[in-house]
Amino acid sequence: MPELIHVARDEDRDTYYLNMGPQHPSTHGVLRLRLLLKGEEILTAEPIVGYSHRAHEKMAENRNYIQFLPNTSRIDYLSGMIYNIGYCQAIERILELEVPERAEYIRIICCELNRISSHLLWYGTLLLDLGGFTPFLYCWDDREEILDLLDAITGSRLTYSYGRFGGVGMDVDEEFLSGVSAFCKRFRERLPEYETLVTKNIIFENRCKDVGIMDLEMAREFAVTGPMLRALGEPRDLRKDEPYGIYDKFDFEIPTRTGGDTYDRFLVRVEEIQQSLSIVEQAVSRIPDGPVMMAKPPRKIKPPEGEYYFAVESARGHFGMFIVSDGSEIPERIHLRTPSFANLASLREMLPGTMIADTIAILGSIDIVLPEIDR
Amino acid sequence: MVRDFTDIFGSTWLAAAASVAVIMAFLSVNSLMLIWMERKVSARMQRRLGPTEHGPFGLLQTFCDAIKLLGKELITPRHASTKLYLAAPILIFAPIIAICSLFPVSGNWVFRDYDIALVLVLAFTSMSILGIFAAGWGSNNKYSLLGAIRSILQNIAYEVPLLLSVMAVVLLAGSLNLRDIAMQQSGIPYVLLQPLAALIFFVAATAETNRAPFDIPEAESELIGGFHTEYSGMRFGMFFFAEYSSMVIVCGLATILFLGGWHGPVLPGIVWFFIKVYALIFVMMWFRWTFPRLRFDQLLKFSWLVLVPLAVLNLLATALVLKLL
Repeated sequence: MPELIHVARDEDRDTYYLNMGPQHPSTHGVLRLRLLLKGEEILTAEPIVGYSHRAHEKMAENRNYIQFLPNTSRIDYLSGMIYNIGYCQAIERILELEVPERAEYIRIICCELNRISSHLLWYGTLLLDLGGFTPFLYCWDDREEILDLLDAITGSRLTYSYGRFGGVGMDVDEEFLSGVSAFCKRFRERLPEYETLVTKNIIFENRCKDVGIMDLEMAREFAVTGPMLRALGEPRDLRKDEPYGIYDKFDFEIPTRTGGDTYDRFLVRVEEIQQSLSIVEQAVSRIPDGPVMMAKPPRKIKPPEGEYYFAVESARGHFGMFIVSDGSEIPERIHLRTPSFANLASLREMLPGTMIADTIAILGSIDIVLPEIDR
Repeated sequence: MVRDFTDIFGSTWLAAAASVAVIMAFLSVNSLMLIWMERKVSARMQRRLGPTEHGPFGLLQTFCDAIKLLGKELITPRHASTKLYLAAPILIFAPIIAICSLFPVSGNWVFRDYDIALVLVLAFTSMSILGIFAAGWGSNNKYSLLGAIRSILQNIAYEVPLLLSVMAVVLLAGSLNLRDIAMQQSGIPYVLLQPLAALIFFVAATAETNRAPFDIPEAESELIGGFHTEYSGMRFGMFFFAEYSSMVIVCGLATILFLGGWHGPVLPGIVWFFIKVYALIFVMMWFRWTFPRLRFDQLLKFSWLVLVPLAVLNLLATALVLKLL
């Protein structure tokens, strides 16, 4: 582990510090990177987080379980649906609530759409960081359609709060379902366009291949999860490993790569977009009729005294909730284990030896959301 | 009969003043139009509309932007070395005016007709790097300094293939006078005789103007603004104008050297000249909105290991063929 603070010695005239961020166009929010540089080469890198701390965990300690629900979709505003519904699923698991079949299907559709939109945003911003502006707007264009669809049923574009303990907030109509299938069809036609513009672009390949290589040991050390881990050849995905909801009823694959560099992370996420699309298509074709809320939802959420852990696979990796209950309506403690936090820490070991331009590529490939790191 | 400004005005000083005035007027309007064009081209490539509000097709949008820039406060960073900082925008713009005065835009229209015009153009082109370095060094900002260092290395690396590819044309034409070179292409433009040189020239010229995918000195996602991070208001505007003006220059040079200058059927020469220049500029914009940025070391490798050897081979082959003929 490098020391936290380096004091440049006087005789050490070749090196200097560069504060990248918190105001920098490519740090995806308010991340600060303290880089010790020699020319353009990075000697040590130290990510400094906390600039957008909102005390979500503390807020959980002074409100009841239902009041904490809107907070969850604000942890990670890019895949808020997954966090929001993940929290509902955690409470349902604790209280052993039965969720109607239709609600489960709606949840799957919404979560996977949200995962696609989150990956699209990452795709666009990675390319933006690498200097390609056009793919960014292509992604924005497609992402906009997803946001419109989700907006139609939840009433908001990013911070959904759509999940309820025992179902979802509102039923979907035929218009939404046909809109989703139309989106899937159109988006599948768009994917080859992305491929010719980006994936097969030689400059893009050169910028990403063999950049920011991570090995399994490093991944274990930093508890890296999600697409970053899958780019190392580990097919770890909670949707398959510990199926929650009704993910076990769907036919999908966990894409993996073996190189563990930026390009592999890119390919893994691109394939994940396709897998999510296929899940959405399956769900839309099989969605049953029925209620979207359990018949008698509990009026007071009082989990029995104890400690609970529940995790879902967010767009960025393993999102875990450690809930301590003292039997009252107000949680004793909710610890949120957010994937970007662990993934970001690996920068410390990935960055030394690379150049400033690579920093941006590597940072982009991690797919961080700063508010989710700071919470 | 060639008419340059000296013949019209009689006095060299008057002629120089008049050419500067005309060129300045042209360059400023032209830059504004090019920025508009860039925004429209990028918008069309990205399924957007681009500027539409002001004037027909949003043509006046960039004029409004320029007026806004004029009204902005000019900030000098506290620890900047003021002289360099203030001189940089001028240093970067002055050579461009000099270069423009050497361009023959049609068979009998040139501000200043020199026999060694090509040498002068290339010399002035490399002068703009001084402005960039002054900006980077004078701003007292690490990002600016990095941008300045990058741009110097890049310019050295790309000047070499640029010169080598131009030399092949000079060998063919047997002259350094831009007008003569263009004259000789009344039949076949040199791009057909020297396709490799034309390609190398265009790639090197794109790098020379710091345009994407070679825009690493100002790479906004890495170095924020590179050498012009600290500039505000019209000082920043000067860098902006300089970028678009230097696009006109390299594309104008490419037109004269490879596309036969003002030669073309039906339309008058000056129209053909500008059609060719703007077509090349469009290609440059197309590059920018399609490709991601190269990394710094890849950029240098590409120049030294690909472009320079190719340009040398091309030059040797040209010399050999000319000798045998």
